[in-house]
Amino acid sequence: MSASQAADDAGQPAPILEAHDAQLSFGVTPALRGANLALVRGEILAVMGPSGSGKSTLLYCLAGILTPDTGEILFDGQRVDTMGEQERSRLRRDHFGFVFQFGQLVPELTAEENVALPLLLGGASRSRALDAARAWFEPLSLDGLERRRSGELSGGQAQRVALARGLVSRPEVLFADEPTGSLDSLTGEQVMELLVSATRRQGTTVVLVTHEARVAAYADREVVVRDGKANSLSAGRVRS
Amino acid sequence: MSVPIALLGLLEREPSHGYELKRDYDAYFGRGKALPFGQVYATLGRLARDGKVLPGEVEPGAGPDRKRYAITPIGKSEVETWLDTPIEPEPHLQTVLFEKVVLALMLGRSAEHYLDIQRGTHLQRMRELTELKRSGTAIDALLADHGLFHLEADLRWIDLTAARLDSLTAMVRS
Ligand SMILES: Nc1ncnc2c1ncn2[C@@H]1O[C@H](COP(=O)(O)OP(=O)(O)OP(=O)(O)O)[C@@H](O)[C@H]1O
Ligand SMILES: [Mg+2]
Repeated sequence: MSASQAADDAGQPAPILEAHDAQLSFGVTPALRGANLALVRGEILAVMGPSGSGKSTLLYCLAGILTPDTGEILFDGQRVDTMGEQERSRLRRDHFGFVFQFGQLVPELTAEENVALPLLLGGASRSRALDAARAWFEPLSLDGLERRRSGELSGGQAQRVALARGLVSRPEVLFADEPTGSLDSLTGEQVMELLVSATRRQGTTVVLVTHEARVAAYADREVVVRDGKANSLSAGRVRS
Repeated sequence: MSVPIALLGLLEREPSHGYELKRDYDAYFGRGKALPFGQVYATLGRLARDGKVLPGEVEPGAGPDRKRYAITPIGKSEVETWLDTPIEPEPHLQTVLFEKVVLALMLGRSAEHYLDIQRGTHLQRMRELTELKRSGTAIDALLADHGLFHLEADLRWIDLTAARLDSLTAMVRS
């Protein structure tokens, strides 16, 4: 019986995303040494911990970008770690959204084309994709920048464009790795406010990697990764 | 940190005379203010009355300092409770946290554990303030931000201390 089934039987909502004793080494470097966590649908989880503790590696494993050496990753009760590469890229395209620290926009494309990218890759027509993309510019205070090449945006603007791109396909899970990493406090807060309000509205589950407590405070709870180990049930939980 | 808790904590290491307790209290917890001998003995007397310490046999010699005191199970559990209860998150709690870390290290306990509990408590408060900021007025947000920045400073200290525990342990237990 899978863990999600077990949770069902206990009358709790089934987790949408799970890691069970996930371990991963890069050559001789152990990056993950036992990650256990579960997120329920719509939950925002902050992943915290010192630099080099394995936060990004954990996020990549949960997102099906990296495959753990041992352990299990499940999305909606399905094993992700045993999927073939094709099936995994379909999973990422259809169900997941991504925002990374340095926006990682395509510099030759305009801001709106960057936002439309996940929809275009998913097979939407160009006009429908661009229409959907443009709808994100005003709420992110980006109006007027639709046609600007992304290489000509400020860091904070690029970060908000990247957030729109992560959310445009209305993913079930948004993976955000230091989404406010290069921003000042005020812009960082605007990005977090938008991230939280948009994902709450859409019921999107969020895995939010951050080393900043003020960013983590936007999440529902936190898990601390230390030396590649994480346990969402015990780490740093407040007893009430 | 109250004087009784400090003395109980020091006694948990090993049974000690009053002067040894005073010396270590001044070194670790006094912050430049020496503890008067009178207060040491008055406190030990109250702790003995409450069953938290046990005075040993009177040793030969002169002066009031001829007894070695030992902690009792009641005393131990009082120290345990103090360590295990997170502090109300508010600015300027650093010294209490500092005392917890030092005492935990002295007693060979997991200081990391107490820092983790405190990190969780702080983040919970920060979540409440963030919610207030998101749902409240601009004035609420201003106040919430003030609290958030202070709590963030505490958390940075907690993280830095957690990262330095190895070298701190070596120092406190040498
Ligand atoms: N592609 C890679 N090849 C080799 N080692 C790697 C690779 N990626 C990460 N590592 C190592 O794995 C460990 C965990 O790295 P990871 O990027 O997950 O840390 P992190 O917690 O995200 O850190 P930061 O806060 O600095 O981003 C580190 O020791 C890192 O050097
Ligand atoms: Mg990282």
